[in-house]
Amino acid sequence: MKLSSIVRKLIMALSGLFLIIFLITHLVINSFTLASSKELFNDAAHFMATNPVIYLMQYVLALGFIIHIGMGIKLTLQNRKARPEKYAFNQSSKNADLSSRSMIISGGLVIVFLILHLRDYFYEIKFVGLPEGTTDYDLVVNLFSSPIYTGVYVISFIVLGFHLNHGFKSAFQSVGANHKKYNSAIKVAGTAYSILISLGFSTIALVHFINQYSFN
Amino acid sequence: MDLTLKIWRQKNSQAKGKIETYPISDISEDSSFLEMIDVLNSNIIHEGGEPVAFDHDCREGICGMCSMYINGQAHGPMRGTTTCQLHMRSFKDGETIYIEPFRSGSMPVIKDLVVDRSAFDRIQQAGGFVSVNTSGNTQDANAVPIPKANADKAFDAAACIGCAACVATCKNSSAMLFVAAKVSQYSYLPQGEVEAKDRVVNMVNQMDKEGFGNCTNTGACEVECPKGISLEYIARMNREYISATVSSEK
Repeated sequence: MKLSSIVRKLIMALSGLFLIIFLITHLVINSFTLASSKELFNDAAHFMATNPVIYLMQYVLALGFIIHIGMGIKLTLQNRKARPEKYAFNQSSKNADLSSRSMIISGGLVIVFLILHLRDYFYEIKFVGLPEGTTDYDLVVNLFSSPIYTGVYVISFIVLGFHLNHGFKSAFQSVGANHKKYNSAIKVAGTAYSILISLGFSTIALVHFINQYSFN
Repeated sequence: MDLTLKIWRQKNSQAKGKIETYPISDISEDSSFLEMIDVLNSNIIHEGGEPVAFDHDCREGICGMCSMYINGQAHGPMRGTTTCQLHMRSFKDGETIYIEPFRSGSMPVIKDLVVDRSAFDRIQQAGGFVSVNTSGNTQDANAVPIPKANADKAFDAAACIGCAACVATCKNSSAMLFVAAKVSQYSYLPQGEVEAKDRVVNMVNQMDKEGFGNCTNTGACEVECPKGISLEYIARMNREYISATVSSEK
């Protein structure tokens, strides 16, 4: 079945909004690593791994990512095809912000990070298994002891924040939610959300990186 | 004013075009952009060359014929104006000005700066009308009550002159702003509401068939539109299209 351009955008928006909700859940669980007891995070990780509803949601989440990424690539290819001859001189910065013009690039970088992320956590826990005596918490803290890993992590979340800054408000527009009474609220919420995600994940990583040097 | 013009020259739709450079001098800053091109063409003709082909008609910003991508922007650097309303005082003496046709795979270049915008006509023909049977009598204009707010919204949408600056500007070459304006100018009014469902579905389908890109909500079209058509109409068309597709019995 050939989907119309509006339906394709609707799918992009809905899968994006779903991933936006997922990121909040992920951030809340990550913040548990900052608690004084390791157990809070380990219990949460155990719950996420064993609860049947969450187990099912893993597949829904994977599907959400696949749809969002697949549709993003398809839309970009179609859009490139729609203008075979480029302008010799174009000033796109005069009428649209950078985040809205570079969604495929920021999205692509996030995919690279996602692959590394799945390799480091999902693959390790699910297929390799944690070494004897170590917990999920230890895996997280160990990874953040590397300056390169932490650096890549922080940069990835800045890029993701950039992606979300346009993605959040764009999703509302695609589902038809544009109303002068609420537009500024949606825009502010989108920026606040992007900063929260960027800063939240990065701060947690940096706290663990710095903590390894304290010996009390 | 003395200027250097870098203009896209293309013999016909099949030929390969290229940018050519033309120096021009003694241009009044009070002349319009198209008058400046007229002067250039007169110089070219005097020298025995082929004048630069460009679209124009009313030269007062309402016909939607003039186009041109000037210095990387549709209709040039001034907001809310068409190329014919642009004056040379918007440029600096000695400036180099790039002049290119509106670019879109769905609107191929016919010659130089003239593009084929008949894709817009086909979208209009797919549903951009109201079917009426007046039986030979003129209807009373005030017989159908219309809320003032709706009349205003419909009028704002109808301000679209179909110039295609939205397509030219959009990084995806999407025609959503044009189609949204043309859908909304009818669906806001009781006369247009009757055929609203079929209209939005048919016009969007035709837009897709023409090969325009997908809207990614960058908002560039709204900024460059000489008539200031709002993105609000695109969101409204999204709602209308989704609800029409879901509820239609076809």
